[in-house]
Amino acid sequence: MIEFDRVTVTYADAAAPVLRDVSLVIPEGELCLVVGSTGAGKSTLLGAINGLVPHFTGGTLAGRVVVAGRDTRTHRPRDLAEVVGVVVQDPVQGFVADTVEEELAYAMEQLAVPAAVMRKRVEETLDLFGIAELRNRPVRTLSGGQQQRVAIGAVLTAHPRVLVLDEPTSALDPGAAEDVLAAIGRLVHDLGVTVVMAEHRLERVIEYADSVVHVARDGTVQHGTPGEIMRISDVAPPVVRLGQALAWEPLPLSVRDARRRAQSLRELLDRHADAPVAEPIPAGACLLSARRVVVRYGDTVAVREVDLDLHAGETLALMGRNGSGKSSLLWAVQGSGARQGGTVAAGLDGVDPALLAPVEARRLVGLVPQSPGDLLYLPTVGEECALADRESGSARGTCRAILERIVPGIDPDAHPRDLSEGQRLALALAVQMCPRPAVMLLDEPTRGLDESAKHRFAAFVAELAAEGHAVVIATHDVEFVAVAADRVVVLADGEIVADGPTADVVVASPVFAPQVAKVLHPDPWLSVAQVERALAGARS
Amino acid sequence: MSERLPRQLHPGAWWLWAIGIGAAASRTTNPITLLVLVAAVGCVVAFRRTDAPWARGFSTYIKLALLVIAIRVVFRVLFGSQHGTTILFTLPELQLPDAAAGVRIGGQVSLEGVLAALYDGIRLATLLLCIGAANMLANPKRLLKSLPPAVHELGVAVTVALTVAPQLIESGQRIRRARKLRNAGSGRRGFVRGVAIPVLEDALDRSLVLAAAMDSRGYGRHDPQSRSSSFVTGALLLGGVGGVCVGVYAMLDGTAPRALGVPTLVVGCVVAVLGIRLGGRRVRRTVYRPDPWRGAEWAVSACGVGAAAVMFVASAVDPANLYPSLQPLRWPELGLLPALAAAIAMLPARLAPPVAVRPASSVSRDVAVAA
Repeated sequence: MIEFDRVTVTYADAAAPVLRDVSLVIPEGELCLVVGSTGAGKSTLLGAINGLVPHFTGGTLAGRVVVAGRDTRTHRPRDLAEVVGVVVQDPVQGFVADTVEEELAYAMEQLAVPAAVMRKRVEETLDLFGIAELRNRPVRTLSGGQQQRVAIGAVLTAHPRVLVLDEPTSALDPGAAEDVLAAIGRLVHDLGVTVVMAEHRLERVIEYADSVVHVARDGTVQHGTPGEIMRISDVAPPVVRLGQALAWEPLPLSVRDARRRAQSLRELLDRHADAPVAEPIPAGACLLSARRVVVRYGDTVAVREVDLDLHAGETLALMGRNGSGKSSLLWAVQGSGARQGGTVAAGLDGVDPALLAPVEARRLVGLVPQSPGDLLYLPTVGEECALADRESGSARGTCRAILERIVPGIDPDAHPRDLSEGQRLALALAVQMCPRPAVMLLDEPTRGLDESAKHRFAAFVAELAAEGHAVVIATHDVEFVAVAADRVVVLADGEIVADGPTADVVVASPVFAPQVAKVLHPDPWLSVAQVERALAGARS
Repeated sequence: MSERLPRQLHPGAWWLWAIGIGAAASRTTNPITLLVLVAAVGCVVAFRRTDAPWARGFSTYIKLALLVIAIRVVFRVLFGSQHGTTILFTLPELQLPDAAAGVRIGGQVSLEGVLAALYDGIRLATLLLCIGAANMLANPKRLLKSLPPAVHELGVAVTVALTVAPQLIESGQRIRRARKLRNAGSGRRGFVRGVAIPVLEDALDRSLVLAAAMDSRGYGRHDPQSRSSSFVTGALLLGGVGGVCVGVYAMLDGTAPRALGVPTLVVGCVVAVLGIRLGGRRVRRTVYRPDPWRGAEWAVSACGVGAAAVMFVASAVDPANLYPSLQPLRWPELGLLPALAAAIAMLPARLAPPVAVRPASSVSRDVAVAA
């Protein structure tokens, strides 16, 4: 169905090719997962399938890409529209029409599908994705999971035989991600659509994949079964890491595989190692205390009388569905967002940051917004750092030194927009850390980070906590929470529904439990590292 | 007549109706006639608007109309030349140098002058309310959908452009919020660097993503076209639109020569239709759930055209009634023909099919919730 024949892609002004001598064949009806670290060329590989690379992006493509018998050299993306459906990473940015129904029909209108056929296909697609009740809703008012399903439906109405998805679940909460993956699974199993999907959240998707394409940093690729590729991959989900640590053969890919193998491990851990006690929450000084915080937008109440205390040395994960009020709570606590009720007392004197000038407020509570790029606007990393020092009145070089601690070796002459997601987050965090606020709030920081970037980031967060800062991380990433957080607060509809040590809150939860906890249930193990340490202790 | 099913009228019909009434209103300065026309328009809006977001702003249009009248009158009082004998009051007059002869600021204010400004303002306000009514009765974006294939790409460009403004505002707010977090230096230069540039970068990024997505979905697919035929299509379209503009202007401006009006309009229309036909031949696309054009559409647009026609006749038969005398001052009266025109304008309140109270799906959801 999709054939790459010795494909090499080089962008203009690039020193080295993004993809190097790629030859692979993806047969019909397969769900193929594309994995690799950020910046390794996954998006380029996806773009090459429907000719966006090089017709739209520029650059040179040597070799041949053939999809369903059509060569992308002679077919532009629009000529492949009825063969390949492409869903962009952020579905909102790809929407053309206003309402769900019109969006679903858009591609068919372009392909001159007769009106009667269009009507029928729109109804079928609405049912297939379970979005019939949304048909008249404006697309921009939908939730993230609904938007993603509408976006997939909108390309599917043209009846393409190949579906290309770029990180369909990265921005979604676990529940919405399940919905989207179920819809994709139905396409593969019932309709025989060939799906090529890039995704960072391997733990969510690896078990559904028939084959995996691994894009290495040098642009070469390997294509094989998930079991083969996970052995050599730069990135792997926790179950695979657990299997590697215990030298299981074959490697487990799903929680179910691992759980069947883990009988002996559970017994071993029971006998020789103490189950990890829920680490007592470090009882440092109270750095911030919020009482009955209310945030509302018009008639909608985003945050409903929430109480929250933050202590020195604590790393708190704020979890909950998209739209459950996580961001609103962070902004309200920081003082620059809307707050219609309640009190916030920050610092030792207990002042309300909302009443302070921004420069004073950020000394008490810092915040890195969801798109860290919003904080950056100068042409080079070096200038950003220098400005950050001046704004916060810190000694010269403070910001640069913090940046070196998070991610060493970023070129000071690089443009912030050219950095990888992880580097950009590091720069934004370094800028906000300059005045050394006691409390640091981070909104969805791990979105778009690959495994190694997440590790580095988690290590830095741990350092901050050890230095006596309080760190709050709003996130959907359960695996990251398992590694980085020692307390979890779950929000639903603007109210706190759970608050406690990470293990207590997540282990028993069907949505928020990390993979290791699911494998070793009912004991509260959270991460591979914990298990490895316990086993090393048991052996010695 | 069997019971009519609720449905949305073709947006083109509403616009024709509204333009017809606008043309009718442009034929008179009689405030009574104009107010009756406004009442007719308001009545139709009240009966036949949906509960969509764009259909909820008639009060805004009325405020805008009042503002137009007020500005017109105030300017006339301050700057206008005041011919007329009934002096209402005298403002202090600003002495201007001889170079500015003919310009007057302040001075005597006559009733005739104020009334002339008021009548004119009411006429402008009526035109504005007609456009507002069309906007509320028919989503202008649905009108774009009914564009012929040749100009479809233009329609998509407009649709996309319409979504850009709210997006720009949204990213502007987001970036300003983020800037406050960082407390970056203030001042105008800081604003350009700190807000304007990131917002523009954001907009560019978004438009590139959108362009890629649209390309992947088949936008812009058509048969290759030869240079000469695309030149002919362009010339026909431009010439036609130019002709229509001149014709409409001549029709609406009572002082333009008669020969310039209708003939230019007709020729312009024919040329434009030819161009659209020719251009549309190479575009292969279909429309999802096209709005049908049935009896009700004919009736509603006929009402607009009819109202305009009656007023044109009236202006030939009884011009004194349409342009009430200010010197000497006379109380304006509602003539028979203008009343007929207003009655015709009001007919769509019954002729147009009733609107669906709300989308079926939201009803079923409420039912499900209730159950």
